Amino acid sequence: MTSAQGALNQQQPSAKQRTRLNGGVALPLLMVLLVLAVMLSLLFGARDVSWADVVGGVSGSNETLGQAVVQMRLPRTVLAALAGAALGLSGAVMQGLTRNPLADPGILGVNAGAAMAVVVAVAWFNLQSMTGFLWAASAGAALAATFVYAVGSLGRGGATPLKLALAGAATSVALASLTLAIILPRGDIAGGIQLWQIGGVGGATFEAIRPMLPFLCAGLLLALVSAKGLNMLALGDEVATMLGARVARLRVIAALGAVLLAAAATAICGPIGFVGLVVPHACRLIVGVDHRLLLPLSALSGAVLLLCADVLGRLLARPAELEAGVVTAFLGAPVFIAIVRRKRIREL
Amino acid sequence: MTESASPPALVQIIRDQRNRQRRSLYRCCIVFITLLIVGVITTLLVGQSMTAPTEAFRAILGEEIAGVSFTVRELRLPRAVLACLAGASFGLSGAAFQVLLRNPLASPDIIGISAGAGAAAVFTIVFWGATGLSVSIAAVVSALVVALLIYLLAWRDGVAGGRLILIGIGTAAMLQSVTAYSLSKAPAWRLEEALRWLTGTLNGATLAQAAPVALTLVFCAAILLSHSRALSALQMGDDTASAIGVPVARTRLLVVLSAVGAIAVATAVCGPIAFVAFLARPIASRVARMGGPLLLISALSGAVLVLLADFAGQHLLPARYPVGIMTGVLGAPYLLYLLVRMHRKGGIA
Repeated sequence: MTSAQGALNQQQPSAKQRTRLNGGVALPLLMVLLVLAVMLSLLFGARDVSWADVVGGVSGSNETLGQAVVQMRLPRTVLAALAGAALGLSGAVMQGLTRNPLADPGILGVNAGAAMAVVVAVAWFNLQSMTGFLWAASAGAALAATFVYAVGSLGRGGATPLKLALAGAATSVALASLTLAIILPRGDIAGGIQLWQIGGVGGATFEAIRPMLPFLCAGLLLALVSAKGLNMLALGDEVATMLGARVARLRVIAALGAVLLAAAATAICGPIGFVGLVVPHACRLIVGVDHRLLLPLSALSGAVLLLCADVLGRLLARPAELEAGVVTAFLGAPVFIAIVRRKRIREL
Repeated sequence: MTESASPPALVQIIRDQRNRQRRSLYRCCIVFITLLIVGVITTLLVGQSMTAPTEAFRAILGEEIAGVSFTVRELRLPRAVLACLAGASFGLSGAAFQVLLRNPLASPDIIGISAGAGAAAVFTIVFWGATGLSVSIAAVVSALVVALLIYLLAWRDGVAGGRLILIGIGTAAMLQSVTAYSLSKAPAWRLEEALRWLTGTLNGATLAQAAPVALTLVFCAAILLSHSRALSALQMGDDTASAIGVPVARTRLLVVLSAVGAIAVATAVCGPIAFVAFLARPIASRVARMGGPLLLISALSGAVLVLLADFAGQHLLPARYPVGIMTGVLGAPYLLYLLVRMHRKGGIA
């Protein structure tokens, strides 16, 4: 044991130095990017507005048309930033937790679970309130995540990316079929749910965002608390236990955080895929594998990515718009494929 | 025992085994054809109102019988015919892919080829107002492009099964978002029409729609069945196959082209009916209790599956459900079961 610790101690200084250097630059840089992305989101759309209107609109006046437009864009900008941060963070935690480069709320069927639970809540229990949606989505997401992980980790080799991805895909199809089967006889709720299922931030209001905040805060707290533990888990369960981590409790806390974050984002925006997959990979390239830096950075980058996807969707299909979920699928799927290609198949 | 058998005895053993296999194959064909006939007859006779067999028969032959002719000729017959044709196309194509890639998970509906056909079909319908033949052509072209893309992307010193499947899943996710987006932009947006492209349905089937599916199926089935022997050689690996005289590259190209053609045209008409391509061959091989390409039996079992699932979705449940939802709910547990079982054995790729 002493020799193992000794080896760790020897390696730590250099690793720490590298991450600190990069982290010191990366965090402020991403904050600047986030501010820029927020401005882009307020400026561009079906109608481009001037700087003066942005300043006026944000400070609360809606005298000109431009200011009114900015006021309408404000909630969706806030929602895109929050949901993007939640998804990015959730993806980073899931990847750390499962030690799996392909973990993502969309691929692991967590979004489908949340969607199914919301539909059940609307169709059978006549649930109307946003808070109700959030509880239902969290429960559904947690169930789906547990199920997929259980199926994916059966047998030899534990939860390999291929097994997890296939278990997630199968579960998603089953849940999607069941969801459609529930919607189908209910013409009254079908329209709204179909639109919600594409995944986007358009039509957001502050009233809808507010109930999401406690869930986000709880998820954020749980995720950040488990950052240090995730670092230990990365060394393998045995080493983590040896270093004094309570592995089982750690897993539950981290998973709970990830599920809460993904569920909150899905309940409001609908299923948005690939943000949770792409962001942690990009961040790992910048700051390395230390979760204490990786997690906040993933949250920031997730916000930037979803904001940019939303703006891009508005610009590409002017005067209509492309839902952010469609844009992220197109940005994210190539990254997914690149990751699959880079990993040697034996590791998969 | 076998090792010490003298050559003539060995020949006898092999002959016996082949005869047994052939008998099992015939028996299996008979089982599926019987089921198919029963399914078609039930579909023709049972609905909101029951029809007497004689009346239904006369109606099909062209006689005008009040209250029967329309139901049987315009509603139930096209439905039954399309179910058989589409199911056979899905089953055949799925089996061809599973055999060619030597992996039960590599069926076109899991690796994104059906998703490509479906996305192209709904995109051309919504944005370019395409109908009929041009939709089928778009679906075939897009399915071919997707198949080629997945294959090229999975290529790295050869194509590994696990990588191909993962890349297929990623591609399918992207294509499904195209489908969802196109549906949301459809001018006269109806859930009924959307369902076709989300899960696959036989609602609103007509005989005119069935014609291109039938033509493609006959053409592709002829090519695939004539390559059945080469395919079973390919199951043993490329080197072995070329050693016993199979033109590997040509066979592979022909098989992929016809399998993609069959599934794309069927998808352009009925939508991507979930998991039929994936389920047909495992069901067939379980009933026949043997390996090999099993193309014909897979086509039959696919047809039976779609026919029965459609009947169950229409008449056996409190509400009417399209066939894709039924097969989706049926197929996903089987996929999970397969995953669990493969893990026990260790390794998929």
